Amino acid sequence: MRETFILIPGRTADQGCGISEGKFLEKYQREINSLQVAPGDMTRLGLTKGDRVRLTSEHGQVEVCVVPSKGDELPVGLLFIAYGDVSSKLMGGDTHGSGMPTSKGIDVELDVLARPAST
Amino acid sequence: MLTEYTKISGGTLYDPANGIDGLVRDLWIADGKIVDPPTDPSVAPTKTIDAAGLVVMPGGIDMHCHIAGPKVNVARKMRPEEKRKGEQMHRTNITHSGTLGSVPSTFATGYKYIGLGYTTAFDAAIPPLGARHAHEEFEDTPCIDKGFYVLMGNNHYVMQSLQRNEPERLKAFVGWLLASTKGFAAKLVNPGGVEVWKSHQAGNVSGLHQKVDHFEVTPLQIIQGVARAVDELHLPHSVHIHCNNLGMPGNWTTTLETMQALEGFRGHITHAQFHSYGGGDADENTFNSKVAPLAEYVNSHPNLTIDVGQVLFGETTSMTGDGPLGYYLSKVYGGKWFSGDTEMESGCGITPIKYKNKSLVHALQWAIGLEWYLLVEDPWRVVMSTDHPNGGSFLAYPQIIRLLMDRTYRQDILKTCHPLVRERSQLFDLTREYTLNEIAIITRAGPARILGLKHKGHLGPGADADITIYTPHENKETMFELPRLVIKSGRLLVDQGDIREVLTGKTLHVTPDYDQEMEQGIQDWFEKYYSIRWRNYPVDLSYLHESESVPMTN
Amino acid sequence: MSAAVAAPGEAPAVEESLKVIQDATCTFCGCVCDDIDLTVKNNHIVEAKRACVLGKAWFLNHKTEDRPSCLIDGQPASLDAGYDRAADILVTGKYPIIYGLSDSPCEAQRVAVSIADWINGTIDTTTSVCHGPSGMAFQGVGEVTCSLGEVMNRGDMIMFWGSNPAESHPRHFTKYSLMPKGMFVPNGRKDRTCVIVDVRKTKSAKAADIFIQIKPRADFEGLWTLRALAKGVDLDPVQVQHDTGVELTVWQDLMQRMKAAKFGVIFFGMGLTMTRGKHANSEALLALTRDMNAYTRFVAKPNRGHGNVTGADNVVAWRTGYPFGVNHSRGYPRFNPGEYTTSDTLANGEADSGMTIACDPMANFSEPARRHLATIPFIALDTKETPTTRAAAVAFTVATYGIHTGGTVYRMDDVPIPLRPSCESPNPSDFEVLSQIERRVKALVGVTG
Repeated sequence: MRETFILIPGRTADQGCGISEGKFLEKYQREINSLQVAPGDMTRLGLTKGDRVRLTSEHGQVEVCVVPSKGDELPVGLLFIAYGDVSSKLMGGDTHGSGMPTSKGIDVELDVLARPAST
Repeated sequence: MLTEYTKISGGTLYDPANGIDGLVRDLWIADGKIVDPPTDPSVAPTKTIDAAGLVVMPGGIDMHCHIAGPKVNVARKMRPEEKRKGEQMHRTNITHSGTLGSVPSTFATGYKYIGLGYTTAFDAAIPPLGARHAHEEFEDTPCIDKGFYVLMGNNHYVMQSLQRNEPERLKAFVGWLLASTKGFAAKLVNPGGVEVWKSHQAGNVSGLHQKVDHFEVTPLQIIQGVARAVDELHLPHSVHIHCNNLGMPGNWTTTLETMQALEGFRGHITHAQFHSYGGGDADENTFNSKVAPLAEYVNSHPNLTIDVGQVLFGETTSMTGDGPLGYYLSKVYGGKWFSGDTEMESGCGITPIKYKNKSLVHALQWAIGLEWYLLVEDPWRVVMSTDHPNGGSFLAYPQIIRLLMDRTYRQDILKTCHPLVRERSQLFDLTREYTLNEIAIITRAGPARILGLKHKGHLGPGADADITIYTPHENKETMFELPRLVIKSGRLLVDQGDIREVLTGKTLHVTPDYDQEMEQGIQDWFEKYYSIRWRNYPVDLSYLHESESVPMTN
Repeated sequence: MSAAVAAPGEAPAVEESLKVIQDATCTFCGCVCDDIDLTVKNNHIVEAKRACVLGKAWFLNHKTEDRPSCLIDGQPASLDAGYDRAADILVTGKYPIIYGLSDSPCEAQRVAVSIADWINGTIDTTTSVCHGPSGMAFQGVGEVTCSLGEVMNRGDMIMFWGSNPAESHPRHFTKYSLMPKGMFVPNGRKDRTCVIVDVRKTKSAKAADIFIQIKPRADFEGLWTLRALAKGVDLDPVQVQHDTGVELTVWQDLMQRMKAAKFGVIFFGMGLTMTRGKHANSEALLALTRDMNAYTRFVAKPNRGHGNVTGADNVVAWRTGYPFGVNHSRGYPRFNPGEYTTSDTLANGEADSGMTIACDPMANFSEPARRHLATIPFIALDTKETPTTRAAAVAFTVATYGIHTGGTVYRMDDVPIPLRPSCESPNPSDFEVLSQIERRVKALVGVTG
């Protein structure tokens, strides 16, 4: 199943703390590899926390785990992920004359992958 | 150990502070200072500079310019468009690269000043909260000595002390603020007006008697209060005032009242040109020169000094601590506009402007500036400035010198201007021409005296060996724009426009003696309203690098 | 480790092991809080009073890593060997780039700009992928702004647009923008209205009196809707709803409140600068703020991210005349975002050598940019191991500014604040490393001044 979403990478407190604690430590890695999905989208796609999905943008592809976003933080159709190595793989190199690649509001296709065996 | 001497031999000296007007004399230099010739006739100089046929003057002193700190740097960031197409400053094996335009980068500023034969410059408007920034830029502004004036005309503590009628508290505060910022002088910019701007749409004060709300004090009280504090602290320079109503038609009465308010105090009115306009009610059709009555007042009041703030035709950047003025100018010119309010202290306005000779207002501003030079009788009390970059660049000083020394040239330029200028100013009828000695006064000896710098602006023993040597030329602009040699602190830095050696230059500041018992009260106030900590506010000595604390007057 | 359990051989220095540093400055984010009281035991910070969650992570986790101060091609090397190799890389390149600097004090940033000048290199800071577009917008329309104390003392309408300070600047609300009791807002939060505009209902939205959720990538349209309403232009409600995802009446109500405010403030974040439109988004916001000054006082301020990214803008600007993205290949500074900015010099495959300082492009840049960086020799300075230091030809482990070393940083509102170091580090500061490299570069290129 493949659906189109808009992805917003951004800062989170855990991601910020993780920078100080160490980028190769588990906390930081977990945070930047977790995709927040609106509860409505989770239900509709039959996803539960920890399921893996593939995101494909015009420029790259990543695989991440999903977590439901809290309350009404995200409207349906919008995804959120903490900035980092993973989100940056979806950006293009073109900065449109600004020096800044389009790093938020990225069009992505979401594919649901197999659930981890342990769940 | 033997002293190493440098001798400048055979030059024609213009040293008005020592009464020398075009005499051939040798100068001896040792340890960065001008010294008496060695008493032992067998002592030979290590180095001799042959200045025969050349004009020798003290290094120039710019007592009012904007070259460092928050506002200047915002202007640099704001105006990329004028740099790419302008003159480029390449790096060399001893100098950094830089950019020019109306607001040069720090290194470019230092190199251009020294190249012009100016060895000292003062930034005229630093918010105390940005003092550390100004000092950091000073370290990157090479070759010249420099200092800054501290904005305090809209400082809440100043106004609060006046409101409570506590002059001793005000005096201690002025001393504390200058010591904490490592500043040089007290600056008032549109006293009271900037505070009104912060709390009201298009807010400002209309004159000296309007009360600033919340504080219930008037600009008049601020001017007199700070002038008194400055004099009682015996600061080397008087209070330095950018009057209210800058640029407004009819503002000359505000300026006259400000001068009158300074009766009994020392006072310096800066960029007087911008404050000498007749005409009514912001009506440009009636705009005219009112230099004559103001200059007459200055002539009869030796407590007053002025610098001009000459306007030159061309494009530049207006930058001011006068927030409401920035707003006004941005509306007049319609370009991009920066406004920055600093908590408890000050404001700032920046916008690009272009002075056109065919514009009546601009041409009148040009003429009004020249009238000031020509109508103040005592050259010791009028100083050359463009309020760089507001009226134009400091690089225009040679052109101004020509305008003052050559009335034919002056009138030729006047003829290119809007025709009504001749009716609205008396410039055409002014035949005075400056002498070289008078130029030496208004560009070095005078500002040194006004600033209380006893070791600058002259060539007598004990003076800093800051010396500019010119090749005489009939065209004075040619003569002054490319000095033959420039010596700073006894070292030859510039040879016919080529930089030979670079030094950092000193920061000049004051260390006033103030009542330290008052500090607790200042701290209590500070901690209530500032967004940074009291202990992180003062600039410590590590930011000064090479520096000199200029003594108080007696 | 406490003094009571000092390791064998260590003097049980009970007295000197404990110290308190008052008014220390936290450099994690652009808030640059300078009121942190640090308790230091045996060269380790054990308490950071008043620090937020990010500040605590910053101070409490900064133990010195057990890593060599210098690695060449991944192997431990002497500092001198590292300096030599670094200088060689920089002067050999035809298109050397220097990048980062937003977590270095101004003193180190100045040296980095000097090196760029001596090697005819390109210097850029993380501003280019942060509020660089806002810097470009500023060059277009200007900016009406103020220091954070003005917000504290006067702000009665506080807006956040595309910014989530609850997570990125946790003390923003309490220290500067919402909670403080100020001179003209004596009741603090009660005297202020808070409006948040975002595409997500972020953690910050809880603090808002009014939350406006706009359509993703509709910031420009939302801001121009407000500009139109400010000027009294009639708008089609259907069109506005369609373009912004928000009803016209909501925008009208907001504009009414903005005009009624005495001192309005719009803080804006990378929700504007990183989203399609970029500098056009920031420009719309700065223009709106300017427009509002025809009715009342209104200011805008980008919420800057890194501790000294604002200092980097200032240092690069005072030395070169331009704020970021500066190229010296002709021997003098030229500025062109989109050409001399690091994302571009890398993604376009132009840079052939480089130096990164306190930044992590191997983790944060686009794939083409990372791929190219991995193929060129470069030097990396960082306090910790990162994907970038792992890929560097020469990697220096440096002391942490504000913890191990002093200097100056500029808060997001351009207020310069001194640092109060609390601990010692076995590693050199970035100032020291850069100065050593500069000395060698100057000798190699024949600079004597």
